[in-house]
Amino acid sequence: MNKSDCDRIVITGIGLASPNGNNLQEYRRNLLDSVSGIQAYSIRYFGETMAGLCHFDALKYQTRKELRVGTRAGSIAIYCVREALADAALELTVEEKARTGVFIGITEHGNVETENEIFEISKYGYQTKFWSHHHNPRTVANNPAGEVTLNFGITGPHFTLGAACAAGNLGCVTGAQQLLLGEVDVALAGGVSESPGTFGIFAAFNSQNALAKHSDPTKASRPFDRARNGIVVSEGGAIFVLERLDRALARKAKIYGELVGWCCNSDATDTVLPNAVRQAQCMRQAIVKAGLQPADIQIVNTHATGTPAGDIRECEALRDVFQNCPETCFTNTKSFIGHSMGAAGALELAGNLPSFSDLTIHHTINVENLDPACALPNLVIGQPRKVPRVDVILNNSFGMLGINCVTVVKRFLA
Amino acid sequence: MTRAEISQAIINIVNEIVPDEDWSVLEPEENLRGKLESMDFLDVVMELRKQYGVEVPENEYGELATLQSCVNYLEPKLINK
Repeated sequence: MNKSDCDRIVITGIGLASPNGNNLQEYRRNLLDSVSGIQAYSIRYFGETMAGLCHFDALKYQTRKELRVGTRAGSIAIYCVREALADAALELTVEEKARTGVFIGITEHGNVETENEIFEISKYGYQTKFWSHHHNPRTVANNPAGEVTLNFGITGPHFTLGAACAAGNLGCVTGAQQLLLGEVDVALAGGVSESPGTFGIFAAFNSQNALAKHSDPTKASRPFDRARNGIVVSEGGAIFVLERLDRALARKAKIYGELVGWCCNSDATDTVLPNAVRQAQCMRQAIVKAGLQPADIQIVNTHATGTPAGDIRECEALRDVFQNCPETCFTNTKSFIGHSMGAAGALELAGNLPSFSDLTIHHTINVENLDPACALPNLVIGQPRKVPRVDVILNNSFGMLGINCVTVVKRFLA
Repeated sequence: MTRAEISQAIINIVNEIVPDEDWSVLEPEENLRGKLESMDFLDVVMELRKQYGVEVPENEYGELATLQSCVNYLEPKLINK
């Protein structure tokens, strides 16, 4: 059944901060040119490690005071939102700002700020009178979205979605749902991560034997490779401007793609080990919601983080869903930028959207020796692949506590 | 600390807190507290605590209304600093 234009959701703007790019053009170019964004990194208590850090100009849209008072996640969110709105050529009136919502996926929030405060008061004998009055507004879970509203004067709804490493996809899904419900006319939706700022995340992954180690940081994130040994923690963000199609057409907006399907489900089996059966169900339901078949999909952007167990389970799910799909290719963005946590789903989708127009599938780097357990037909490794058409992208994100969120984006056809 | 040093210390503190303003033009009798948001003012109180070990009770916040009144209030507290 054809949907009316008011029931179709399109992407009309993209703003992003990636360890290997401060805008979509730079990010995409570096993906096609095999440029990693991972670097050596050192953090208190944990020591030497590696991470994906962003290098955007935070003062482009914020004052120095806003930077001092706010959080890194807020700063990333503000940059991405402002870039997305500029990209969408959207100048919102006061009335339109009241009909604009901010929906940002996060894996966690508050760890960085709490560690900072504890470190700060450690200099004063741990006396809590030295604890900052800024701590509560910095650590409420809505902080990254709230800072956006303060910065840009948005008076519609704002909140964050806590969905572990599936949060970036869930942010987009929530934006779409809010539009379909008529709650907003513009949804600024996606995900952000400030996770390299917390030593706890490095220490915890390390205790779990899930933190990547490699002498060359640019080679450390290596999903599907036999020598993969864990996750590279990254910061980043991606925000999409989502609109209902009728409004986008009325203002002659540029359209990157149409969000045609999604699913969010739960494994309900283990706190950290993913469930391939449930992942497959999630993918299938997203494809059904899109009104498509698996064989209709040209690009699957995998979640794969570089953990030995996680990558295998996702590949099991993929082989199950995409049987006899000769046109479906698989790739992985984390090999370039590490795991950007709450931003991952959104940032990785953004890196693949240009494929609709340049007919190129970006590859997976650092697969020097493919793990047979991760073998997939048409896994794009080594170099980008030119294809005759790209009509549909499926984007996987799976997170701890068994949360799964899959999105399906179609090349826009009027 | 001398009165001039105290005055400069206050200017330096507000400059850290609101770095986008030009505090060099602040007049001694100007309403300093009125130029600061409430959380910014608490930052002043916190920095006096951290940098100089000075406690300003809440019922004495009014003593920090202007640059001049800051210096008058803090001079006896900073005499040995």
